[in-house]
Amino acid sequence: MNATLLHTEATAACWKLMDQICDPEVPVLSLNDLGIVRAIAVKSPPSEAGIIDITITATYSGCPAMDWIANTIKIELRAMGYQSITVNHAISPAWTTDWMSEQGKEKLKEYGIAPPEKRFSIPTDGIPCPQCKSEHTRLLSEFGSTSCKALLQCQDCGEPFDYFKCH
Amino acid sequence: MQQALLDYTLYLADSALILGQRNSAWCGHGPVLEQDIAITNITLDLIGQSRSLYQYAAQLNGGDATEDTLAYLRSEREYKNCLLAERPNGDWAQTILRQFLFSCFQRELYTQLTKEKDTTLAAIATKSLKEVTYHCRWSGEWVLRLGDGTAESHTRLVTALENLWPYTGELFKAADYELAMGLDPAALQTNWLAAVQSTLEEATLSLASLASCFMHVGGKKGVHTEELGYILTDLQYMQRAYPGCDW
Ligand SMILES: [Zn+2]
Repeated sequence: MNATLLHTEATAACWKLMDQICDPEVPVLSLNDLGIVRAIAVKSPPSEAGIIDITITATYSGCPAMDWIANTIKIELRAMGYQSITVNHAISPAWTTDWMSEQGKEKLKEYGIAPPEKRFSIPTDGIPCPQCKSEHTRLLSEFGSTSCKALLQCQDCGEPFDYFKCH
Repeated sequence: MQQALLDYTLYLADSALILGQRNSAWCGHGPVLEQDIAITNITLDLIGQSRSLYQYAAQLNGGDATEDTLAYLRSEREYKNCLLAERPNGDWAQTILRQFLFSCFQRELYTQLTKEKDTTLAAIATKSLKEVTYHCRWSGEWVLRLGDGTAESHTRLVTALENLWPYTGELFKAADYELAMGLDPAALQTNWLAAVQSTLEEATLSLASLASCFMHVGGKKGVHTEELGYILTDLQYMQRAYPGCDW
């Protein structure tokens, strides 16, 4: 197999891995769904020296999941045969929910979290309830169980629910 | 120039960390669960911002410095946080107003820094600004609720304003490192004051009696009130008692 092909395949395998590692706080979203993996550079495939550079970006500055995510990436890449792994944290460009995949937004809804929507760039009453689809909902707080979410309650089915804020 | 940049980065980092440390004392003690969660989230953002800034400061400093040594192993005189950040929590009104005054300041400051030629500071400012927008809105809504609420909540907010206002002047007085970097914090004052004043007026509070009050200075150059020593004693206890401890 030629070197270029080896690199391409190794890179594709790493991107696939990012579909399997999930956010510990919203375990239905993979790193690719969240859009926090900005770059994967295989410098040498695992069959050779196994050197790789990964660049990730935090959702919010204080997101406590970032250290866990960086460690998990290292553990999984080591299991794939990489010997030298660098995980860089990029600050710029700042993460935005625009990078979240459409598939990720669907998964959020099924999981009971209202996905980010442009028309609700500021959390407000009326964000559709992920349980019963009612728009008769009330904002309880712009801050929720994690940095990325706001808290609402449905006035029809009575369920409280999280809204993944536009960012 | 490098020293000025380092000092300035520490000023930003220390201010965010100390206010975060202050706010963190509310964790589990907020007036209602949703607001406990809100202030704790804001705290997390502030500490997150300080981490990015300390990481950059450690890089500028070189040697063995890390984000942790900068936060845990410097003494009061080395801390450059603004005095406003170290003011006591007091009651909910004082905590809210301190957050509001500080967040409105951070909004102006970070907006200015997004255009800074130092690309790392500009990047941290751009990212943090998204978070600060939430902090301004949340604390501003609480200022309205308390000021224009009951007689009791109004009185408490007035007391908080009298307590905190004398610590706001320092924010707009350039420290040596700001001058060396060509930054002019005084330029931020007009927008800050307009935003603060409009919310306070809506909350039925007046700044008239405070217009020419004495303004404390010193924090930005390491001269602090008595409060900071107690804050650092809490914050740094583990690293001082068990140097290098990790878990
Ligand atoms: Zn519902």
